[in-house]
Amino acid sequence: MGDLQIGAWADELLAGLWVTVYITVLGAVAAVVVAFALGLLVRMRHIVPRTIARVVIEFFRGSSLLVQLFWLFYVLPLLGYPLNPVVVGVLAFGLNFGAYGAEVVRGSINAVPKAQWEGTVALSLSPYHRMRRVILPQAYPLMIPPFGNLLIQLIKSTPLVFLITLTDLTAVADQYRASEGREAFIFGLLLVIYFVLAYVFTLVMHLLEARAKAGLGQREDPRKILAYRGPMEEEREAA
Amino acid sequence: MGYALDVLPRILEAFLRYTLLATALASALAAVLGLVFAVIRRVRVPVLAPLTTAFVEFVRSTPIPIQLFFLFYVLPEAGLTLPGLFVGVVTLGVHYACYYAEVYRAGIDGVPKAQWEACTALSMSPRYQWQHVVLPQAVRNVLPSLGNYVISMFKETPYLFLIAVPEMVQEAVAIGGRDFRYLEPVTIAGLIFLAASYPSAIAMRRLEKRLGHA
Amino acid sequence: MVTPDTSAAHTAGHRRDGDPLITFDKVVKQFDDHVVLRDLDFTVAPGERVTLIGPSGSGKTTILRLLMTLEAPSGGQIWVDGEPLWHMRKGDQLVPANEKHLRAVRTKIGMVFQQFNLFPNMTVLRNITEAPVCVLRKSREEAEHQARELLGRVGLEEKADAHPNQLSGGQQQRVAIARALAMEPKVLLLDEVTSALDPELVAGVLNVLRNIADTTDITMLIVTHEMHFARDVSQRVMMFDGGQVIEQGPPEMMFGHCEHERTQRFLRAVLEQR
Repeated sequence: MGDLQIGAWADELLAGLWVTVYITVLGAVAAVVVAFALGLLVRMRHIVPRTIARVVIEFFRGSSLLVQLFWLFYVLPLLGYPLNPVVVGVLAFGLNFGAYGAEVVRGSINAVPKAQWEGTVALSLSPYHRMRRVILPQAYPLMIPPFGNLLIQLIKSTPLVFLITLTDLTAVADQYRASEGREAFIFGLLLVIYFVLAYVFTLVMHLLEARAKAGLGQREDPRKILAYRGPMEEEREAA
Repeated sequence: MGYALDVLPRILEAFLRYTLLATALASALAAVLGLVFAVIRRVRVPVLAPLTTAFVEFVRSTPIPIQLFFLFYVLPEAGLTLPGLFVGVVTLGVHYACYYAEVYRAGIDGVPKAQWEACTALSMSPRYQWQHVVLPQAVRNVLPSLGNYVISMFKETPYLFLIAVPEMVQEAVAIGGRDFRYLEPVTIAGLIFLAASYPSAIAMRRLEKRLGHA
Repeated sequence: MVTPDTSAAHTAGHRRDGDPLITFDKVVKQFDDHVVLRDLDFTVAPGERVTLIGPSGSGKTTILRLLMTLEAPSGGQIWVDGEPLWHMRKGDQLVPANEKHLRAVRTKIGMVFQQFNLFPNMTVLRNITEAPVCVLRKSREEAEHQARELLGRVGLEEKADAHPNQLSGGQQQRVAIARALAMEPKVLLLDEVTSALDPELVAGVLNVLRNIADTTDITMLIVTHEMHFARDVSQRVMMFDGGQVIEQGPPEMMFGHCEHERTQRFLRAVLEQR
């Protein structure tokens, strides 16, 4: 089998894994913020915020994440911002996945039965209270599965940050390859690690979904939560 | 602006020769292979079906760049030295075949049970049943989703440059690097993506509405 | 939307004793090219209980929805408690109301829906206290105290911490009634509130409504097929068809010897089902 030198590389790999994880988490948080901002803006009745939001959404959904990442990486310094690869990565992920997320937010809000809106009118609730107390809490459980899918796609996109000089898991793997060779081993190992990462995050999303449904008085069987359900397929482009 | 116009032809050429070609080939592979996966799982072929399921779930959950690296470096070790474009097309094709498998599954499930029963009542063989009744309806149901995935794949072709396949984005960055003017080439590349994918996305949505989807 | 001038009888701005609580003045409602209400005129006195009957599509539910500001009228004016509902005063003129005005007048009107429309993400107690806290700006303790009292009146004190989906249809509807009453409206609109219930649960809800009719002086507009209930509770029954009032009168007259042939036909068909 030969000497894999894995002991010497364990620290680097863990450091790389850490970078991957925190880029994922920060990117996901940014994406959620962007998704809600754009998702709510695009539903407004006034044509100006609605159109701006729609243009932003279509722009980031219609172009390639890689191109957006590179564009931000090369262009931001030209605009005078100091080059921070973490910021570039989080910004790119946040905008791109946030744009897809905005459609999820919009779709979920629309999916709340019209009767609930009428109930809030009958009680004279203001638009703010209507959204915050009645509509959004009911839209939230509907958002979790598609957001879960987007999260998995985000994890699968993190290797891109290696191209903007962040030392994530893929960067470390490439260093290992350059130094030790043994490509089949290292990339095979990486595939397994990413798979486990995806599974862990999927489990977390299932738990979130179960908790959200419990808030609506629908309890879910705990065994169902932990059972392996692969990333459910809803197209990224689902409008 | 003049600089942008200067570099445009080279970028467009890279786009057509590599990006579009890779997308077309990989989509074709994904469409066919995905169908195979879907039917195997649906018919529950012993041994093959659970293996297929495991494979599909694994591939769907792992990043394309890693899969590219894996195949690119591993295949030569197995004795197959293949050009980068080939490896890229195969990787993208297999990866997206796994998405397509799920889409086909939804399409097949969407065919009303009554159709299957009618086939049985008419004593059709399974092969005939699948080929002439179920699959045509299933595919028609999910055509918009398939279209969306083609668009999605097209936007992931830049990954190919990781395995030294010249494609549009790499070309743009290379041009930029030569003259240290990145803004124009990378913007052009981005705009070409937009120009190609936005109308396609709208076409898909229109197709979706016409087929009566929610 | 048509913007008519201020009519003389209502320039005061507030209702005087003797004035009707609700006035429909030549109200028109049109959906695309389907006219549901044409030049509808009627009034409701404060404290009056009016039942609206008639075949589906006759416009009864539309009247309730117009009052609850769920739909906007295509023409005419609606007045509630001396104030225009879908218009606001601007100097001497009446202009179409903005959202703020609508929200202010809405608080005087409460509605109970056929499908209950309870909020599934809140407990029963929270369902009832939410609007008083957010809109009427009551303190949470005050709202909860009132909510428990209302739950007692509808017979559901022990269900305060349950979720709506743990209750039967009849129980949910009773909670919905409590929720509407918590806002202390002047008008209570009841839109076929028992039509979606299993027959055995209907009586429970109707008894609650009878109790409310007996113990309060809230004005009620009821759309229902429950004729016995209508006879017990209402002072006036209005028969609708094709967006117009065909006939109206006290229940004894309407159910006993109504004059219009359409009314007779309708009542015969409905009562035959019992």
